[in-house]
Amino acid sequence: MNDVAVTPVDPSAFGRFAQNLSLETVAAWLLGVIWISPLAYAAWSAFHPQAYAAHFSLFAPLTLDNFARAWSAAPFARYFLNTTILVTSILMGQFVLSTFAAYAFARFTFPGRDVIFSLILIQLLISPDLMLVANYNTMHALGLVDTIAAMALPYIASAFGIFLLRQTFKQVPIELEEAARIEGCGTLGVLWRVYIPLARQTYLAYGLVSVSFHWNNFLWPLIITNSVETRPVTVGLSVFATPDQGVDWSVITAGALMTSAPLLLAFLLFQRQFVQSFMRAGIR
Amino acid sequence: MQSRQSTFLALAMALPAMILLVAFTHFPIIATVVDSFLSTPKPRRPSHYVGLDNYNTMIADPIFWKALTNNLIYAAATIPVSVALALAMALVVNSKIKGRGLLRMAFFTPTVLPMIAVANIWLFFFTPTYGAIDQILSIVGMHATNWLGSTQTALLCVIIVAVWKEAGFFMIFYLAALQTIPPDLIEAARIEGADRWQILRRVTLPLLGPTTLFVAVNAVINAFRTVDHIFVLTGGGPDNATNVLMYEIYLVGFGFFDQGYAAALTVVLLAGLALVAVGQFVLFDKRVHYR
Repeated sequence: MNDVAVTPVDPSAFGRFAQNLSLETVAAWLLGVIWISPLAYAAWSAFHPQAYAAHFSLFAPLTLDNFARAWSAAPFARYFLNTTILVTSILMGQFVLSTFAAYAFARFTFPGRDVIFSLILIQLLISPDLMLVANYNTMHALGLVDTIAAMALPYIASAFGIFLLRQTFKQVPIELEEAARIEGCGTLGVLWRVYIPLARQTYLAYGLVSVSFHWNNFLWPLIITNSVETRPVTVGLSVFATPDQGVDWSVITAGALMTSAPLLLAFLLFQRQFVQSFMRAGIR
Repeated sequence: MQSRQSTFLALAMALPAMILLVAFTHFPIIATVVDSFLSTPKPRRPSHYVGLDNYNTMIADPIFWKALTNNLIYAAATIPVSVALALAMALVVNSKIKGRGLLRMAFFTPTVLPMIAVANIWLFFFTPTYGAIDQILSIVGMHATNWLGSTQTALLCVIIVAVWKEAGFFMIFYLAALQTIPPDLIEAARIEGADRWQILRRVTLPLLGPTTLFVAVNAVINAFRTVDHIFVLTGGGPDNATNVLMYEIYLVGFGFFDQGYAAALTVVLLAGLALVAVGQFVLFDKRVHYR
């Protein structure tokens, strides 16, 4: 056994290894710089006067003026409010509906259960935003065009959420549920006291994925809204950054950063949770 | 337990989600297929059965073929490039490289930002003369290029932005998979005298197979539904050079209000995705996780 450990290191091989390593390190860092450069460039032009938008100088003065101009050029406060209402109501709806459905599929046997579950999973492949015309017609028939409800409704029942929570609930030991039932808990009590607390990590993971998806969602809100009172920030930004802003890149980049800011800040503050959540949501 | 009562309870709990799913996922699929055989309703003439008319229009429509070709090029470019980059990124971030926290942040940040916002930033990046790309290229003596305004380069720009946005997202799945590989396996290979490339090729990559399949399926789906950046960067132009299926569906459905034709186009998209699902099913086979 011992002679394995004392095998001498071939110096030339070690040299090649070190060289490879440094080359890879440089390549990795170059990729990182390329990846962040659009955002760095945007930050440069957003925080400097217009004259420096695409002109680099160490002595360029810093300013917040571009953000002020972007903020006053469009009703962004309203857009942010709309997005916040949209994202919150989708998340709440998803949590409630997914929890009940996931529990039903995880812990009950009933005729047709597996067929129904496979039908639910179709949504993983064909999301509601692919069915633009058909869903628009439905909303029109319901009289909901240009409402926040219309933006939210197609997403509230989420196959992804049901799937994730069902996986988590299945791992909860059945003895815990039985014990709670003996203690006098009903179905709601069991969910509230046993399953939901044990699935906290899954809720966090799913919540972060859901919030970042719906904060960024564009196409369906673009189609279903047509007024300031309902538009989310993404649609608001696309209306704002049209040619009437000329080529004032300072204001456009400021607007772009502004709409990303809440997510960007949340991401920088909770980076670990974000990455772990996306990981957790991905491991199925 | 009284099984009839528990069945009733289970169905009652699943029902709210089921109703909404049927209303906004299953019903639209059926409605779209039906609509594709109907004419577009007009004020004085309600929709009626037109057989394969919409499909015939589609086959005769050069813009449809252009959009389909573009979409296939877009998919063929974004899928392998973003998956390969994602793997490279995950290996970097999972290694002991200096500053891997910063690198992880750099790779992952595009994923959490709104596509509409970052596309505006890329629009600035691609601007002739003033944009970062032309400024860098002018150092090596290249002339200003209208990257987004030329039929030669516009699709490439759209592809670059898509890869930039999603590579970091796929990186996460690889990272998760890398962290589940038992260190013993790597250690064993090393004791056997394998170098790092051999370990990567013979140990790591085979273990990442299922992840690659999962990521690839997601990449295919994204290649047919990610169009937000096209709205900002090119509007499908110039001369339909960046028009793809989903964007064409939007134009036909909400620009020309031709519902019947939009439905036929959507059916093509659905058929493509169904093909992906079948392919995934065949490939995954033993690794279908939901038990």
